[in-house]
Amino acid sequence: MTRFQDAGVLAGLALVALLFGILIGPQFFSPANLELMARQTAIVCVAALGMTMVIVAGGIDLSVGSVIALSTVVTAQLLRGGSWPLVAAAGAIAAGAVCGLMNGVLITGLRVVPFIITLGTMLLIRGGAKGLADERRLEAPFTWLNSMLRTVRDGSGVLLPWGLWVVIALAVLVAITLQFTRFGRHLFAIGSSERTARLCGVRVERCKIAVYTIAGAFAGLAGVLEFSRLSVGDPTVANGAELGVIAAVIIGGGSLSGGKGTVVGTIAGAGIMTLIQIGCSQHGLPNWVQEIVTGTIIVFAVALDHFRSRISR
Amino acid sequence: MVETVAPPSRRFGAAGAQFEMRGVRKAFGGTVALDGVDLAVGSGEVCALVGQNGAGKSTLMSILAGATMPDAGVMTLDGARYAPRSPREARTAGVAMIYQDLSLAPHLSVMENIALGVEPKRPGVLGASGIVDRDVMRRTARAALEQLGHSDISVDAPVGQLAPAAQQLVEIARALASGCRVLVLDEPTSSLAHADVRKLFELIRRLQRQGIAIVYISHFIEEVTQVSDRFVVLRDGRNAGEGITSQTTADRIVTMMVGRTLEDLYPRGRRLIGDPLLEVEGLAPDRLVPASLTLHRGEIFGIAGLLGAGRTRLLRGLFGLDAVRSGEVKLGVYKGPAAPSAWWNHGMGMLSEDRTHEGLATNLSIADNMTMTRLEGPARGFFVSPSRQRERARHWIERLQIRASGPMQQVSRLSGGNQQKIALARLLHHDVDVLVLDEPTRGIDVASKAEIYKLIGELVSGEGGHPPVVSGFSRTRPQKAVLIVSSYFPELLALCDRIAVMSRGRLGPARPASEWTEHALVLEASGGSVPRRDAQRGAES
Repeated sequence: MTRFQDAGVLAGLALVALLFGILIGPQFFSPANLELMARQTAIVCVAALGMTMVIVAGGIDLSVGSVIALSTVVTAQLLRGGSWPLVAAAGAIAAGAVCGLMNGVLITGLRVVPFIITLGTMLLIRGGAKGLADERRLEAPFTWLNSMLRTVRDGSGVLLPWGLWVVIALAVLVAITLQFTRFGRHLFAIGSSERTARLCGVRVERCKIAVYTIAGAFAGLAGVLEFSRLSVGDPTVANGAELGVIAAVIIGGGSLSGGKGTVVGTIAGAGIMTLIQIGCSQHGLPNWVQEIVTGTIIVFAVALDHFRSRISR
Repeated sequence: MVETVAPPSRRFGAAGAQFEMRGVRKAFGGTVALDGVDLAVGSGEVCALVGQNGAGKSTLMSILAGATMPDAGVMTLDGARYAPRSPREARTAGVAMIYQDLSLAPHLSVMENIALGVEPKRPGVLGASGIVDRDVMRRTARAALEQLGHSDISVDAPVGQLAPAAQQLVEIARALASGCRVLVLDEPTSSLAHADVRKLFELIRRLQRQGIAIVYISHFIEEVTQVSDRFVVLRDGRNAGEGITSQTTADRIVTMMVGRTLEDLYPRGRRLIGDPLLEVEGLAPDRLVPASLTLHRGEIFGIAGLLGAGRTRLLRGLFGLDAVRSGEVKLGVYKGPAAPSAWWNHGMGMLSEDRTHEGLATNLSIADNMTMTRLEGPARGFFVSPSRQRERARHWIERLQIRASGPMQQVSRLSGGNQQKIALARLLHHDVDVLVLDEPTRGIDVASKAEIYKLIGELVSGEGGHPPVVSGFSRTRPQKAVLIVSSYFPELLALCDRIAVMSRGRLGPARPASEWTEHALVLEASGGSVPRRDAQRGAES
């Protein structure tokens, strides 16, 4: 079932790649271009891994964009204060986790739907980030953090920029968690039917708080990568990024009603969006065309999925 | 005023009948819900439609209300042929149905609800462009409420703020405003307080005097005897009798409802009742009288009662799914109230009555559903092995003869009987000592029912359940204990060692099943007051 679905998304990815390959030519698949795409996808991917778990559990997190911005600010502030780069990164990830914890506690404690809670915290965290940065972009000293997503040709990383290796490792970890751990299976149960999960003794509240905290930490890491790309802490960055992240999960076969979603699908979904972005710009198509194409793909990917599950029922 | 009481004969003459249904048949798939049912109600007559769950009352009424198409049969309304193709057509023809769960829009006002779907339009251009005439709407609503003798309800109040009884009035007013001549009330007292029930009965008399034909559906025999002129009994989709209410007794009506003798569906193995396993003391879930019971190893304890008596709430409180006000649940040495996770850990599992929304996560696979409470894998408690899950699921699919393509099949694709077996297999896989079963055979076919009865019997006698650890080596397994709630009394009588009846939130004393008859259970559950035979003390051991 899930494998069948993943195959569909991967076929979609191949189709889009092929299309641009024909339009642009073989140089579209040159190692340098592929690496560029991978680097572009990395940030969305990390946040989307956390979002996949949240969506599998039947939730949603609209605050990821804001958490990414907060995370860049925290990283910059810590580096300016003279912290080691590793501590700065850890601090930023912890800040993200705290934001996620707040989401989880509010959702389970107030029993308000995640959409509303995270809509609120989206503004709240964005405001906090701006306050922390004094509404400015924060310059920070140059450290190895800035080379996380640098191209291999600059001599950082093996085969791939080492920031990408982190992303790949996390993707494997999340995939294993979802398929092979009790926590992961419980997330599917909660997303598929919260009442059934409760009947079966799943500690639903605890699981939800955990999954939002993890998603927050992932968004925090996405912020560290964003900082690495920008080399400044910017509280206005990643505005609306949550929509791209959610779109990646949905194109990848995740269902907003919960109980569905895979890591492979999500990565393929993020890949499709990057391909369109880079393909369009390299083919000389204006920005508005990209947006129309991406929007169309979201609508049709989901419609196709519904249609497929209806006829096979 | 009500001189046109119908003759008790089933051959109801067309003269005087407001509506008549004759030879109505309806089958859903293989199961026949109605097998040639007749029903006729005269103008200004209250006819009670009684029967046990699954007797066909709801199907018959949904055919009358245009929500279901009959396979065969003739219906007439005011002597003219009547064949509604939708609820809307039925309503236009003058047939209105008040369901147990009211269908009102809580955020709209009383008058908007009364006019819902038939909003009066303003004259001229405004009307043509869809502008509603609120003055006409208000007048119609006021008139309808007045007809009910309830001008006290404000037509501008949002319906959601009214009490349940007032909401029901709004729904009846809506029926009147659309010019109904036949009114069907389905279990109308289920959400009403005692005083409101009396007022409802007065209202029914009032409508009766206005010449409306009323069909009154209820489980409660006492209500039937109070409110109706005539009664019609359905049993297993057929007419089982009818009569004039004032000339009969509650006892006779129950006899007609129960009818048949037990089929040989229930194999009974040897039963050895052991030590107390589960003790419930003064457990008080919301809106229930504190309840106590003791369940022994090797025993099947039944709780009989009607829908809405509070049986499910008692079980949910017991299992920690809902909060309780007070009380204690003891399972071996463990004391609750506790959350479901604790009960699973200590060897108690529950089967939900709501199979599709709570019992099973229907989007997940058979394997996931069966093993959800006990996911096994290499590192205990952390990792899960999908192949082990599938292997266990395969075992139970075979053991319970579940018709499925394999352990990875999505549960929603299976039939009700097979789904129920999966939900039950979860308790077997977990190997619980105490099985709490809420309506384990609701809505499933007879063959699956028989299999489930057999399985439950084997569990308490220590023959079924988890396979021995060493295969091929036969081993006696500990006997289990089963607490079972059902609205289907024959199965309780045949399966259980002891039965207690729950009625209107109160759990009565438990008696050995041999001291009960179906008749006595129905009477007790319906709040009837006929003296019980063998009313012995001390049955609650």
